[in-house]
Amino acid sequence: MTLTDIIMAVVSVLLLGIAYLAISSKKLIKGVIFLSALSMLSVVSYVLMKAPDVALTEAVIGSGMVTALFVFTLLSIEKGEAK
Amino acid sequence: MIQYAAIILIVFGLYGLLSNRNIIKMIISLNIIEIGLNIFIISVGFVYDGIAPILTSTNSSSALLYVDPLPQALVLTAIVIGVGTTALGLALAKKIYSKYGTFELDEMGDNE
Amino acid sequence: MKNLIAFVLSVALGVLMVLSLTNNDWFAQFGYVDLADRVSQSYIDKDVTGNPGEIIFGITSNPENGAANIVTSIVVDYRSFDTLGEVTVLFISALGVALLLNSQDKNKRLALNFKPNFMLRVGSRALFAIILMTGVYVILHGHLTPGGGFPGGTMIASSILLLYLADDQFRTKVKGFKLLEGVAGSFYVIIGLLGLLLATYFLQNFLPTGTVGDLLSAGVIPIVYILIGLKVGSEIAGIIDNFLTEEEVSL
Repeated sequence: MTLTDIIMAVVSVLLLGIAYLAISSKKLIKGVIFLSALSMLSVVSYVLMKAPDVALTEAVIGSGMVTALFVFTLLSIEKGEAK
Repeated sequence: MIQYAAIILIVFGLYGLLSNRNIIKMIISLNIIEIGLNIFIISVGFVYDGIAPILTSTNSSSALLYVDPLPQALVLTAIVIGVGTTALGLALAKKIYSKYGTFELDEMGDNE
Repeated sequence: MKNLIAFVLSVALGVLMVLSLTNNDWFAQFGYVDLADRVSQSYIDKDVTGNPGEIIFGITSNPENGAANIVTSIVVDYRSFDTLGEVTVLFISALGVALLLNSQDKNKRLALNFKPNFMLRVGSRALFAIILMTGVYVILHGHLTPGGGFPGGTMIASSILLLYLADDQFRTKVKGFKLLEGVAGSFYVIIGLLGLLLATYFLQNFLPTGTVGDLLSAGVIPIVYILIGLKVGSEIAGIIDNFLTEEEVSL
């Protein structure tokens, strides 16, 4: 077991835990935030597997843009309910 | 190790897709499947002690040991497609909400 | 009951995938891949059409592909047709979002729940320039360093997202984005057709590739990546605008 293996094992366990939380959370906004955290952890795994291009793309798109789109959808829904 | 984690992520996402009746949660599950699949494809090309496939002034020769660049190129485009499909799904979800007033599939159709 | 069936089905799929992993004839063991068996070795050595010998950073000049970043050389040169199709998929999904949400210039935009305070307004103006500049840098150096048109274009779009968050009344010129998107996409196809005319096949590199590692090198790769960056950036900014406008409620 090298250091890379140990870090990979820790990242794997964290990935599974956060994915379980994202699926099982009752409130939608919590699920969206856990999805963003999952995306950020996958960036760590890409860096560990020596893929800097993919890591950069996933960091910008996965945890920034997709989360923004989800939040905007939920925001417009809450506006509609308030009326 | 991380390959098995990616497979279990795909299983989680599939279970969430099949068992949830909420549209937003189904799109979240689709995104989890996508992340798991991307990690799996990248892990197919990983080489121990390999370096990232970029020639620089310190890693200057093509004769060194690199990780496989082809899966990285495929995943790079797949991520951008992912944001497009997610946006399309969310737009559909918004339309459905404005018509039925709910995200739950079971509650649709009975409010004429 | 339904959840039980879903659980059994997904676990069965997972077991099948794990069984295919443990068979090392199908999948190489994790971390012990022999690249010489794969087609990727030719992309690393840049010897798909001829054997140039060892590629040295900063010394080798005019190889068949001048990009120092091997992933870029695959995305924009060796498999550029794939990327053209991918950009088309992104265009169609952006078109679908625009059709579904029916966004027009006369629609008013969604008001935010909070009032942006002074710090957010001023700080976002300062950060906007820095994020935009980082995006342009990442696009321009796509053939030398990690990055390229896809993350760079999304960075440009996220700088516009910041402007949307900081000001409730802000709206971009959506028509300008549509024009930019169309022009960038058409120029990508025109470059491909020029490759067909001046060289032998569609999307072939018809410019000299220069020395590996220079900023002005790699032939058409920087040009194509700039076009991809503009197209992705304007498309995603258009999607954000569509999500932040609300339709005229007809009561």
